[in-house]
Amino acid sequence: MDKVFPQTTYEGIKIHDWDKWEDPFRLTMDAYWKYQAEKERKLYAILDGFNQNNGHLSVTDARYINVLKLFLGSTPPLELMAARGFSMMGRQMNGAGPRVACQMQAVDEYRHFQTQIHSISNYNKYYNGMDEFAHQQSRMWYLSDGKSFFDDAITAGPFEFMVAIGFAFEYVLTNILFVPFISGAAYNGDMAAMTVGFSAQSDEARHMTLGLECIKFMLEQDPDNLPIVQRWIDKWTWRGTRKLASVGMMMDYMLPKRIMSFKEAWEMYVEENGGALFKDLARYGITIPKCFGQTIEEKEHVTHQSWIGFYMKPQATPFHTWIPTPDEMDWLSEKYPNTFDKYYRPVLEHLDAQEKAGNRFDNKTAPMNCQVCVSTMKFNEPGDPMEMCFRESIYQGEKFHTCSDHCKEIFDNEPEKYIQTFISSHQVLQGNCEPDGTDVNAADFKPGQNMLDYWKLDKRALGDFNGSEDQKNFAAWREQATKN
Amino acid sequence: MSNAFIAFQKNDDSRCIVEAILEDNPGAMVDDQPSMVKIDVPNRLVIKRETVEEKMGREFDLQELQLHLITISGHLDETDDEFTLSWNS
Repeated sequence: MDKVFPQTTYEGIKIHDWDKWEDPFRLTMDAYWKYQAEKERKLYAILDGFNQNNGHLSVTDARYINVLKLFLGSTPPLELMAARGFSMMGRQMNGAGPRVACQMQAVDEYRHFQTQIHSISNYNKYYNGMDEFAHQQSRMWYLSDGKSFFDDAITAGPFEFMVAIGFAFEYVLTNILFVPFISGAAYNGDMAAMTVGFSAQSDEARHMTLGLECIKFMLEQDPDNLPIVQRWIDKWTWRGTRKLASVGMMMDYMLPKRIMSFKEAWEMYVEENGGALFKDLARYGITIPKCFGQTIEEKEHVTHQSWIGFYMKPQATPFHTWIPTPDEMDWLSEKYPNTFDKYYRPVLEHLDAQEKAGNRFDNKTAPMNCQVCVSTMKFNEPGDPMEMCFRESIYQGEKFHTCSDHCKEIFDNEPEKYIQTFISSHQVLQGNCEPDGTDVNAADFKPGQNMLDYWKLDKRALGDFNGSEDQKNFAAWREQATKN
Repeated sequence: MSNAFIAFQKNDDSRCIVEAILEDNPGAMVDDQPSMVKIDVPNRLVIKRETVEEKMGREFDLQELQLHLITISGHLDETDDEFTLSWNS
């Protein structure tokens, strides 16, 4: 059998009886097709109704649409990677139970990839910056964190992939992205995002169960599996947390009508729900991930640091940024009583005053990125919000930077893997980020001069929201929609 | 003690399912959010087919939950008659 399933032994995980795997959903292929088909009919009926009713003009205000631009670049391409990964798992797992569950998940992920794009395609007819998301996925600086998450998972072995995606991505990430964020999208009048998000999440409940089953299965099969599984849980909880900073920023800064802060969502879905899982797994010897304390401290900081980071790069994203209105800042003060007024309001007010004086901040330098999670270096030193955190490792005589103790530990454990990370701010200096036809050996070549063309960035989508074409068009179209 | 929970999209079917959960799970807490509803129960949450059928006034296959489900927390155990989420802690 090892010849037929050669991938399931080299990670060191020992399985003695694949028949012990149980699918608690007991879903047959027949029932799967039946219910998925019904979900699809519902979803597309709502999408048609929303689009036919000029739904894009019923969102709270035009700033909202920028959240869709960020979502489009960062999420559907990862769903496609998940479809690829679970297709591989459906082949690699020895037992019939996990093979069928992985195959269903692969089909689900492909469905999410398609439905997410379909739900946003109507907006693409009216607003700027959405049409090149597929090109940008593997090139844009700020999309590298999600890409590296999946690249890391899919190049690991099958069991690590199951922990990375089945546990960290489904259990930690999608519970925030597709539950409170999507509930917020519904409150902001976006029925397209609401239907696609909830429809996806109805599959995620099955996916989380698969991830959890896989962790329990490994721990029950052999006690030698414990340290390996623990290392993966530590690693992927942290990688999931880093990826969540931008999702949290979408909730706290980009939804004009807010329903819940990222901090509240974090407490509900990660601290309580993740905490319940870790307590439960304690009977197998699993301990709370090492990073958990730091993630709790950071929940009051990361969304502010992320938004300010994006605001400072108006010429490098296909979505607009802006300074929150005074009442939005008051909401942030109320939700973040320990940090917002003390650390972040003064920065935002300063940037606002500069913008009003005609000096809108525009950082033209390339960012420094973490070698593991590829986040830009912007998070603070644990215990010291005024100090930026970074760590160094030396490997084969070269220096590599990471954003935290946890990313450093991941790097140091597998340096030969992470020295290969694609970081656009490094690649550009090596002449690898140029549009086709650029002569990088020309005497007058200067790296990075053609970044906008390399990224295929729509220039109308750049800059501050204030004064943007989207802002003007939305106002004009909404006016037309209510008068003759 | 940890909470097991389940969340549904708000619609007529899920309204009946939530009523059934409240009847069968003393201590259940309802969290109404925009377009969705989340129910938490300490340690163990059970959905009984019979109670849902009574609320809906029609036959109900527990696998129909898939259509309205948003997220769950806890280990799942599903039979023809009961859908149970629980934590061993």
